[in-house]
Amino acid sequence: MSLTDVATQIIVILLLALLVGTATTIVRMRDLWAAVMLTGIFSFLGACWMLILDAPDVAFTEAAVGAGIATVLMLATLALTSREAKPPPEFPILPILVVFMAGAALVFGTFDMPHFGDPSAPAHTHVMSEYMNDTVPDVRQSAAHRDKTHDEHDDSQHSVAHHGVGVPNIITSVLASYRGYDTLGETVVIFTAGIGVLLLLRGRRERRDVEEDEG
Amino acid sequence: MREILGLYNYWVVIFLMMTGFYVVIARRNLIKKVIGLNIFQISVFLLYITMGKVTGGTAPILPARHFTTGEEFQTFSNPLPSVLILTAIVVGVATTAMALALIVRIHEAYGTIEEDEILAQDREQ
Repeated sequence: MSLTDVATQIIVILLLALLVGTATTIVRMRDLWAAVMLTGIFSFLGACWMLILDAPDVAFTEAAVGAGIATVLMLATLALTSREAKPPPEFPILPILVVFMAGAALVFGTFDMPHFGDPSAPAHTHVMSEYMNDTVPDVRQSAAHRDKTHDEHDDSQHSVAHHGVGVPNIITSVLASYRGYDTLGETVVIFTAGIGVLLLLRGRRERRDVEEDEG
Repeated sequence: MREILGLYNYWVVIFLMMTGFYVVIARRNLIKKVIGLNIFQISVFLLYITMGKVTGGTAPILPARHFTTGEEFQTFSNPLPSVLILTAIVVGVATTAMALALIVRIHEAYGTIEEDEILAQDREQ
């Protein structure tokens, strides 16, 4: 184990401790304003761990969308509703029981899971190599290829279509090209949600004006 | 010991998941429930991302060189969980926005966002 590995391990342990601490604090919090801010912090800590786990794209998106937009939306809702939650019932025995049973079942399930970082895990041995190999030679060749066959336009286009998409970031190439329809579906979901939110909140001002006239 | 070192990531994630789950089922404030749902969601993202990590690998962006030694990386972490979770994050925010809009409407109609008070008002009618 090198010095960098040890340092990374220490940072990971600190991050996990902070994640657990934030989550348990949110459970006890009755001030919704503070709970929302802590949720943003939780998202951001999660994004930091994702960065260490070699998923920079997800980390950026989580920090921007999860910690940013979601927090702003929740704060806007707080401004329109109330900031304080009622005290919960004394000791909710049933939820605690359910949570512990579900957690125990999940932990039992992990004993069959591949270990952390195991290169022979099924997730890394199936289609992953195809995606990697399709993009790897293409990116490495295309630079040399571009220099050589500058005038043979048809040939270079053909090879790009055949060997991959020619995007250095494999996550982007899978997201936007191999699974482009998925991303289109995602956009449809956002569009639908946007329409839903607009329809739900549309009549707010009119209704309030009517109430004020009556009152 | 080997089990603990190999599986700790799942256990931490399961703990976080169950915290979110507990908030969803035990708290009666609707915004608190949405917060719990958010915690649960982020934990699921983390579960997928930890499964994609390969020891000694780096982020799947090519070509990758080590920043001090200049060696080219041969092992990469799995890009597929990242792709799935990128889609899931955006969809998650869309559902959160929808839930919050519903809460605003509920507050308008009932004057409260506590679940038990809403149910009591419903029973009175």
